[in-house]
Amino acid sequence: MNKLIAWFDERIPMTKTWNIHLAQYPAPKNFNFWYIFGVLATLVLVNQILTGVWLTMNYVPSAEGAFASVEFIMRDIEYGWLLRYMHSTGASAFFVVVYLHMFRGMMYGSYQKPRELLWVFGMLIFLVLMAEAFMGYLLPWGQMSYWGAQVIISLFGAIPFVGDDLTLWIRGDYVISGATLNRFFALHVIALPLVLVILVFLHIIALHEVGSNNPEGISIKKPKGSVPESEKPKFQFHERFTKKYDIVDAFPFFPYYIVKDLVGVAIFLFFFCYVIFFAPAMGGLFLEPPNFEAANPLKTPAHIAPVWYFTPFYAILRAVPDKLLGVILMFGAIVALFVLPWLDRGKVRSVRYRSGFHKFNLTVFAISFIALGYLGLKPATEVYTFFARVFTFLYFAFFVLLFFYSKNENTKPVPERITK
Amino acid sequence: MKQLLKNTLLVAASLWSVATLAAGPTVPLDKAEVDMHDKASMQRGAQLFMNYCLGCHSMQYQRYNRTFKDLEIPEDLGIENLQFTGEKVGDLITNAMATEDAGNWFGTAAPDLTLVARVRGADWIYTYLRSFYVDETRPFGVNNTVFPNVGMPHVLQELQGVPRKTTEAKLIDGEMKDVYVGIKTDGSGMLTEAEYDQAMLDLTNFLVYTGEPMMLQQRKIGWYVFGFLLVFLVFAVLLKREFFRDVK
Repeated sequence: MNKLIAWFDERIPMTKTWNIHLAQYPAPKNFNFWYIFGVLATLVLVNQILTGVWLTMNYVPSAEGAFASVEFIMRDIEYGWLLRYMHSTGASAFFVVVYLHMFRGMMYGSYQKPRELLWVFGMLIFLVLMAEAFMGYLLPWGQMSYWGAQVIISLFGAIPFVGDDLTLWIRGDYVISGATLNRFFALHVIALPLVLVILVFLHIIALHEVGSNNPEGISIKKPKGSVPESEKPKFQFHERFTKKYDIVDAFPFFPYYIVKDLVGVAIFLFFFCYVIFFAPAMGGLFLEPPNFEAANPLKTPAHIAPVWYFTPFYAILRAVPDKLLGVILMFGAIVALFVLPWLDRGKVRSVRYRSGFHKFNLTVFAISFIALGYLGLKPATEVYTFFARVFTFLYFAFFVLLFFYSKNENTKPVPERITK
Repeated sequence: MKQLLKNTLLVAASLWSVATLAAGPTVPLDKAEVDMHDKASMQRGAQLFMNYCLGCHSMQYQRYNRTFKDLEIPEDLGIENLQFTGEKVGDLITNAMATEDAGNWFGTAAPDLTLVARVRGADWIYTYLRSFYVDETRPFGVNNTVFPNVGMPHVLQELQGVPRKTTEAKLIDGEMKDVYVGIKTDGSGMLTEAEYDQAMLDLTNFLVYTGEPMMLQQRKIGWYVFGFLLVFLVFAVLLKREFFRDVK
């Protein structure tokens, strides 16, 4: 066995990679509940890829055959329903964990220097994930697939001069048709997953270059020689991390966080499996009722709502009376997150040691996001539109206010070491 | 910090549990007491479907033999009594009416009913089936309170009898107005009112089944999965404790 490993190690950095990224990677000892979502996102990604491969074996990507082939998978393939529900539930679960993962980053300042690029890679993952989910949602070729795609693609028509040509180019037809379905299928099963996996790889590489942040928002890397031997952790970390720094208050990711995360994974799977086996449609949230009717270009559903994970942005779009301005604001909501590392000029990372106003601001942001998500599900009545405008304002106010107060923020003293 | 945590937990809670979003119906729906374990009810529902609905509505994603197996109908009995269109037992349940004919006769194609329960919900179907009433202005002489100006005739009239809208005079804003209170039949049908309601519940039950024929298997496996996860969780916790002894 050892000989075999040595044989490989002479030819490929196998043990070295294992040590750098897992067995000798220093992870701060104070990770809490919020630190499970990265692992869960990886788990869901693997779930999506595996179930996706098997679904592709029986799915028919054509306007004539798509809807029937999904029902064929659900009824005639052994455990086909399980694969389909794992995939459809996985899509929603992906966004649940990614949103919580992002909010964790916002709470503990994980986007601040030196983790700006790490955050940007994460945002790119989020962007590709949205494209992936959007294109995947067209594939069952139900009413909501069809009309939801119709609404979203028509947004590009709001762009001056090139809008109409652009929508035509995206659809490959004058309306959404089999041509659109086929290209979305190609992008959904090959192009975007490939990009997604590469971005996830870069995200992890960037993380392991700068090291993990933690709920205290303080560094576990101390100047070389500044820490007495007695205070150093008893674990061996890879020399890549210890060459320039003394590492404190950490332990290796493997096995410690792996076994801890297993507990989190088990708890997550309870929720995940509850949906799969007992509420796959999740009351119409994960699988919308009109989507069990085959796409009909001549029949518009009474109320078109995107799936829940897009609704916060959809609510922002609808809140603006002007279509182009609405589209700009909707994309602006995502752009604002992209540039967050540069909007926040604060030096203190964790919300624990930041000002009361920052805590308030972040809370308002979280509430606004949820409220917008709720409003995006509802029809655009006068009252709902009014609230959508209020929460849109508050959503953007978070970033504007942050930019101004973070420069000279009244923060609490930050501890030297992780004590908990 | 506590506040923050509370708020963010709210995110999770609301994401997982916001209720259904379909646009609300104009008339209140009656609750259909659907029971997926009541095979007898589903068998009667299948009988009603094959005799009264299949003439126009297909069930193109569901197969005869799967239906017989799931509803515990012996295959030979099923073929003899529930299969009318000369198809093989392994075939999908399609009907003989061409879409073009349907367009000419009813103004619209009769929708496929395999998944109608997932689109409309059991309560809607149950109420709809019991909400036809005489309306001479319509081509077939009937209308429906749940689905106004519906294109289909009241196929089940021989069971229900002739249903009429009943109204009651009520004092509203100082004026006497006729208020719709419900539908009453003239009793000319083969079934009493209670029997008709039960028959429609049977039919609803059957349509709920065809919408999700995997549901019974799904629930059963679900409990085993929970059982496994529980064991997995216990071992995961023990493993974590064992390893974290080093760290303390």
